[in-house]
Amino acid sequence: MSAIADYILHLADNAVVLGQRNAEWCGHGPILEEDLALANVSLDLIGQARLLYQRAATLLGGDATEDSLAYFRDAAEFRNYTLLELPHHGPLVGYAASDRDYATTIVRNFLYSALMVQLWEGLTKSSDSELAAIAAKSLKEASYHLHHARDWLVRLGDGTDESHARVQAAVDHLMPYTEEFWTPSPAESAAAAAGVGVDVRSLRAGWDALVNDAFAEATVTRPAFRGYVTEGKVGVHSEHLGFLLTEMQSLARAHPGATW
Amino acid sequence: MSNAQPFEGARTEARQGGGSSSTTPALKEWPLWEVFVRSKQGLEHKHCGSLHAADASQALHMARDVYTRRQEGVSIWVVPSAAITASNPDDKGELFDPAADKIYRHPTFYEIPEEVGHM
Repeated sequence: MSAIADYILHLADNAVVLGQRNAEWCGHGPILEEDLALANVSLDLIGQARLLYQRAATLLGGDATEDSLAYFRDAAEFRNYTLLELPHHGPLVGYAASDRDYATTIVRNFLYSALMVQLWEGLTKSSDSELAAIAAKSLKEASYHLHHARDWLVRLGDGTDESHARVQAAVDHLMPYTEEFWTPSPAESAAAAAGVGVDVRSLRAGWDALVNDAFAEATVTRPAFRGYVTEGKVGVHSEHLGFLLTEMQSLARAHPGATW
Repeated sequence: MSNAQPFEGARTEARQGGGSSSTTPALKEWPLWEVFVRSKQGLEHKHCGSLHAADASQALHMARDVYTRRQEGVSIWVVPSAAITASNPDDKGELFDPAADKIYRHPTFYEIPEEVGHM
């Protein structure tokens, strides 16, 4: 597989996996207004994924289509950050729907969109003109996602004792997974060298500033990094991705080629 | 909105000793806001519904997500519902009925010169 197509699949898989995760809240949001807001975020992400899969399919040629890439690849072929496939739960709790933790949802969306506003900005100058156009569209969406997540991060972090404790726990749980952002995969390095992608390491200072500023306002403490750096973007995933894909892909696999 | 509990910053204020969160019971529901949206073609903001939100900026964001998902608008206003003073339905008779037989208040008795065009 060409490194450029692999890089675009990484971007597409990020969008589709987080879009699918966030869609789990649809109909179950904490309040009606927020239910709609998060469904909007999901639809934005799935829209981004479609455009990226279409671009990747063109580059790959053969039988590849946006549907074959989203629905007929297995977990090890997905290139998303491990962060994005984790359930909406803190660590060490069950995965019942009733145990979903909105603080985890918000903190994850914040950490990811704080990266994506910068990555999409960089990709508007991509030498791949289609990717540059997708980036220009996605940048506006990511800016709103960041606004939404940051707003809640501050409200919850600087809210009640319980909301603060939950946000802090979510930050402690999720921050280690962000280390994966900064270790370029072979596909990212190749794409950056070709002028198609962005050197992820160049985004770190800007991301740190966004995160530290929001954490300070939210009265949240940033944990020191320690431990294992996840490698979802080279296909080494947690056990959670398989379950997510099983649900997401079940319809397409039960009725291949179905249309409506 | 005197009973509104400040949501954002409540913890900071409590720590600084300036908050009233320990003495005032938290609101069960966030305050209600009325939403007005101006469409692309429209000149005026039109009332399109209401929603619950903790404060004005949150109400604005929620209005965007609830009421402008299908390109309905280019501008949004939100107003605390409590800030609206409404006429009493019981006063309908004295307020509105007297206008019913005063058709001369409609400018339909004047001939509009050609050069004025459409009004």
